Amino acid sequence: MLTPMDVLAINDLFVSAQGKEILKGLNLKLHKGEIHVLMGPNGSGKSSLAATLMGHPTYQVTSGCIRYKGRYITRLSPDERAKLGIFLAFQNPLEIPGVTLSNFLRTAYNATHKDRVSIPEFKKRLHTIALKLKLEDSFLNRYLNDGFSGGEKKKAEALQLLVLEPKLVILDETDSGLDVDALKKVAKAISDYVSEECTILVITHYQRILKYLEPDYVHIMSDGQIVRSGGKEIISLIDEQGYEGVYG
Amino acid sequence: MARVDFKIGAENYKYGFADREDYIYKSDKGLSPEVVKKISDIKNEPPWMREFRLAALSIFQSKPMPGWGADLSTLDFNNIHYYVKPSEKQSGSWQDVPVYIKNTFDKLGIPEAEKKFLAGVGAQYESEMIYHNLAQDLSKKGVIFSDMDSAVKDYPDLVRKYFSTIIPPSDNKFAALNSACWSGGSFIYVPKGVRVEIPLQAYFRINTKNMGQFERTLIIADEGSFVHYLEGCSAPIYTTDSLHSAVVEIIVKKGARVRYTTIQNWSTNVYNLVTKRARVEEEGVCEWVDANLGSKVTMKYPSVYLVGRKAKGDILSIAFASRNQVQDAGGKALHFAPETSSSIISKSISKNGGRTSFRGLLKVFPGAKASKSMVRCDALILDSLSRSDTYPTIQIDEKQVSIGHEAVVSKIGDEQLFYLMSRGLNETQAMGMVVNGFIEPIVKEIPLEYALEMNKLIQLQMEGVG
Repeated sequence: MLTPMDVLAINDLFVSAQGKEILKGLNLKLHKGEIHVLMGPNGSGKSSLAATLMGHPTYQVTSGCIRYKGRYITRLSPDERAKLGIFLAFQNPLEIPGVTLSNFLRTAYNATHKDRVSIPEFKKRLHTIALKLKLEDSFLNRYLNDGFSGGEKKKAEALQLLVLEPKLVILDETDSGLDVDALKKVAKAISDYVSEECTILVITHYQRILKYLEPDYVHIMSDGQIVRSGGKEIISLIDEQGYEGVYG
Repeated sequence: MARVDFKIGAENYKYGFADREDYIYKSDKGLSPEVVKKISDIKNEPPWMREFRLAALSIFQSKPMPGWGADLSTLDFNNIHYYVKPSEKQSGSWQDVPVYIKNTFDKLGIPEAEKKFLAGVGAQYESEMIYHNLAQDLSKKGVIFSDMDSAVKDYPDLVRKYFSTIIPPSDNKFAALNSACWSGGSFIYVPKGVRVEIPLQAYFRINTKNMGQFERTLIIADEGSFVHYLEGCSAPIYTTDSLHSAVVEIIVKKGARVRYTTIQNWSTNVYNLVTKRARVEEEGVCEWVDANLGSKVTMKYPSVYLVGRKAKGDILSIAFASRNQVQDAGGKALHFAPETSSSIISKSISKNGGRTSFRGLLKVFPGAKASKSMVRCDALILDSLSRSDTYPTIQIDEKQVSIGHEAVVSKIGDEQLFYLMSRGLNETQAMGMVVNGFIEPIVKEIPLEYALEMNKLIQLQMEGVG
């Protein structure tokens, strides 16, 4: 049932990509201010769900629907979804040579925000956020993801998240490729940002990020469906019994 | 996501306006010894130049059309006015330029640009330079910046010594054509040790239908000097074709450096067939920055002949081809001397059925020991209608050399677009960002004012409505 608190409501969603059915009747509801974790073995459809939520053209919704704050978004393009406040932190961010991170961020900010920020003011904000992530200012002048290490790419994703101030955040394996210290910085910065206003869906293989982003709900995915949902206790169950042991 | 149909062409070309024709002289269509003699008569040239023209004409007539490169079968040499003289005399003051021509260049922003960031400006309208001006301190230092016709009269020794020594009429059919009916273009001489720190600029404008513009530029940088020359060009949009066939010769003396930047933005009814070459002596440097955005067909391969020890040549080439456009561009580096180095870097973008071809020649002659060269061509294809080809030729006749060659053809990736769009950029913005990033390594070599203009032109090419 739709309540005013629903930020994201996925209803009996079927998705195909390149002729193959990937999501097979998925249901999920996220309320305002909640942190949800989505876990599951490789190939269970976690990243496909993330891409579908963001509007990737390869993932065709064949049946079911996605609503964001009560609005059907299934047919919206990725940029329209971004403008509504949805953000996907990519598992494998793309390299865009020749485009500096700061230039890109300003373009993206202007595309998603109605208020106009002067260049010096924007630079100041960028600087403050970069500092939180322990990123040098010179990093902002590098070309977007071009030649970045795995860890730098993930930090750049976190930077974009914090600058663009989305209301629904999907983190797709943001913890992979980060060493312990970097993970702590990134997770801390994101958890500081999370407020009553922001809802998060964390897709992960590991538990370590969950130390900093404490989940309200945990969902286990298998073969294109959510097969079990519950609280944090599921995580220790997976530890003990593997995914097989927790399938509902 | 839905593919946006990027459309480009006449609708989007902001320099497509035409002036009324009010000319002192306009030759009949077609080329003959009589037309060539008439050009020479009007210019009141010395006999050697008249003979040079007539000899070049017979070379032009005897040479077949090139059997390679872009399709030139629709180019009709009999349907072209080879000489159009717009006004009686050239001016050194903007006030004296005929009003209708002045208005044109005002619209193109030329006088404004001169005030802001140029050391000198030349403006060519049809066949003749109608304006030339050089900052006073530079002329005091002995720098010469004039139109080529005046130079034949005013600096006969310099012109006779160097004219056509780098590109003889026999070089190719279009060099012969230019040699026969050349008119206008710039002559630059920079004395020993003089550095011209701000760029000199020339702007070329074709206004008449079925017009042939054959400017001829000669730059001599004496030992240890430096100069940066910029050229831009545009034309109105007609349904019939015009021809622009220039010859540019550069002599870089010992330890001198010349940079030559072109932003070519002809309308899409212009055949642009240009020969550009530099001879670089010991420790000299020549840099070509060549951006081809407009024209119907361009065939242009700026060349460096590295004849002195440690001479260096760099060629940066950008080509953007959209609907009904062929950009056949690239560069040539010939190493004749030891320890010479060269680089050819090409970036081409094709869109909406446009076709780009990279044509590169790297040749190292015996004895050019310890020479280095790097050739890199990147092509970006924006849709399935468009095409890009690479024709590299590398010929090395010396063992002790270091050569690198790289060619990358990429299609703009759906994943890249999705990534940028997921941050709020619409598809046009996302594509524009990828394209601008792609050419960034070359754009950053262009003076800021021109880089901005070029980004604007590319944005127009990308948006293309109608």
